[in-house]
Amino acid sequence: MGTLIEEIFSRKAGRSVRAGEILLLDVDYIMSHDNTTPLAIKAFREIGKPILDKNRIVLHLDHAYPAPNVLAAENHKKIIEFVKEQELPHFYKQGVCHQVMIEEGYIMPGAIVIGADSHSNTYGALGAFGAGLGSTEIGVAWVTGKCWFKVPETIRIELTGKSQPGVYAKDVMIYIAGLLGMDGATYRSVEFGGEYIENLPMNERIVFPNMSTEIGAKCGLIEADSVTTRFLESDTPAQGPFETFGPVNPRYERVVEIDVSELPPQVACHPDVDHVKPLEEVAGLEVNEVYIGTCTNARYEDIEIVARMLKGKKVNPLTRVIVTPASERIYKKAMKNGLIEILMEAGCTVTGTGCGACIGRHGGILAAGERALTTMNRNFIGRMGSPQAEIYLASPATAAATALTGRITDPRGYLA
Amino acid sequence: MGKAWTFGENLNTDEIIPGRFNITIDPLELAKHVFCEIKPEYAKNVKSGDVIVGGQNFGCGSSREHAPIAIKGSQARCVIAPSYARIFFRNAINIGLPILECPEAVADIDEGNEVNVDLASGQITNITKGHTYKARALPDFVLKIAEAGGIVNFLKEHDIEELMMNAEG
Repeated sequence: MGTLIEEIFSRKAGRSVRAGEILLLDVDYIMSHDNTTPLAIKAFREIGKPILDKNRIVLHLDHAYPAPNVLAAENHKKIIEFVKEQELPHFYKQGVCHQVMIEEGYIMPGAIVIGADSHSNTYGALGAFGAGLGSTEIGVAWVTGKCWFKVPETIRIELTGKSQPGVYAKDVMIYIAGLLGMDGATYRSVEFGGEYIENLPMNERIVFPNMSTEIGAKCGLIEADSVTTRFLESDTPAQGPFETFGPVNPRYERVVEIDVSELPPQVACHPDVDHVKPLEEVAGLEVNEVYIGTCTNARYEDIEIVARMLKGKKVNPLTRVIVTPASERIYKKAMKNGLIEILMEAGCTVTGTGCGACIGRHGGILAAGERALTTMNRNFIGRMGSPQAEIYLASPATAAATALTGRITDPRGYLA
Repeated sequence: MGKAWTFGENLNTDEIIPGRFNITIDPLELAKHVFCEIKPEYAKNVKSGDVIVGGQNFGCGSSREHAPIAIKGSQARCVIAPSYARIFFRNAINIGLPILECPEAVADIDEGNEVNVDLASGQITNITKGHTYKARALPDFVLKIAEAGGIVNFLKEHDIEELMMNAEG
């Protein structure tokens, strides 16, 4: 009974829980990466107790991998030594942690997965509770297998209508960020539903919980339905049967209704994710870099959209166009199907997988005075390098159109 | 007693400590760069006991604990803000950085005011202006963690289940 988050927490607690209660719950998986694991190891060592269950720990190298400098290399070394010492079975270096978590079948409807990364909300796309925590709590969970949660109130976002060609989940989510603001859902669970969501494939659904972080949400959730089950069966090694469930007689703090039918492409402008404008208002703005990557929009389907639009064409020669596939599995599929060749022929630079330029460590850092249009989820000042650089966020299609002209460009004139 | 350093609304973790410095977890090393892009004079001039006065949604952005660690490493006594971003709130509690919620104090305290904070009672005194403010009380289990100096210290002496005793509500 209740909202999706009340449903998920009630199932786990074995009793009916309501918003406002504080719970200590068992967690199914505990995720961390090269940026956050060293601090978790430090907390773990200080606590001085053994790991409760190695099978629940999943570690990734993705934020600065392969290492771009000696300090990152030392982090990687420290983590690998820890994996060896503790004989941890789940260790990955094949792409962005959240994508790999989904691809490898760790995320199931009803699961509780905590991650030392703010975009752990992503797992809500499969009806799981995913939330970002700090490294110390990850170290605590290694030892205890538990984490405390306050059951959050829920904001329901009811999305109706069918989006126009050239308008994607990213445009809709950027629009929502503009509408609610960057603290519009602080501490809240945000439930995304309605006929628009029901008809979306999983790769597009993922964008919503992923970016629920940007409006302050504790988690972003989509109910587990037949799309979820089909995705888990066909795209992951996860073993069923898979639960399907949604909210039951929910009480929402707030319901926001949005008809996406007339929505044009959107851009989140420098310097805040809620500084959102319809693309036409910023069209023509020159960019120095187009970055297609990250846990938000570097899945196979995103790369396919870009490749289709760039096929047989050349990107603007003065614009750096960088494509970072979210995972090796995506990279291999794109290679097998000829997409990587199309991108390279068009003048894109295709990098290894991982978080890449999104956190300003390597793979596309911006200089002072530069402007980038990216498929990322956040555009904080200084995130991609120089604090004097500007970051604009948009869909992969907008990124592809912008790559061709070197200026922010409406994708609707370029759809293949 | 210390000096107040004031900051605006929606201060994000990149503004507290830019991602490129998070290759270390040494509090003193991180403290050298804390607020470097928005208040470069802070790291040079901050003194032990100074107080960070922030706007609403303080610490939004990434899950990086480097942000509260950098502030704690700078010897600031505590943070006062009307509200905190969710993960920053948890992280600060977990690493033992005292954080107080007090919109009245934030509205009244100016940069450079002399401020005294009594963490146990939540009483904040603005010595420069002669005003006092009362911070919102923290939930019981949060106090348990804060009093232990962070969750790691708490777990050295206790089981995690003890956190929730008498903490329902």
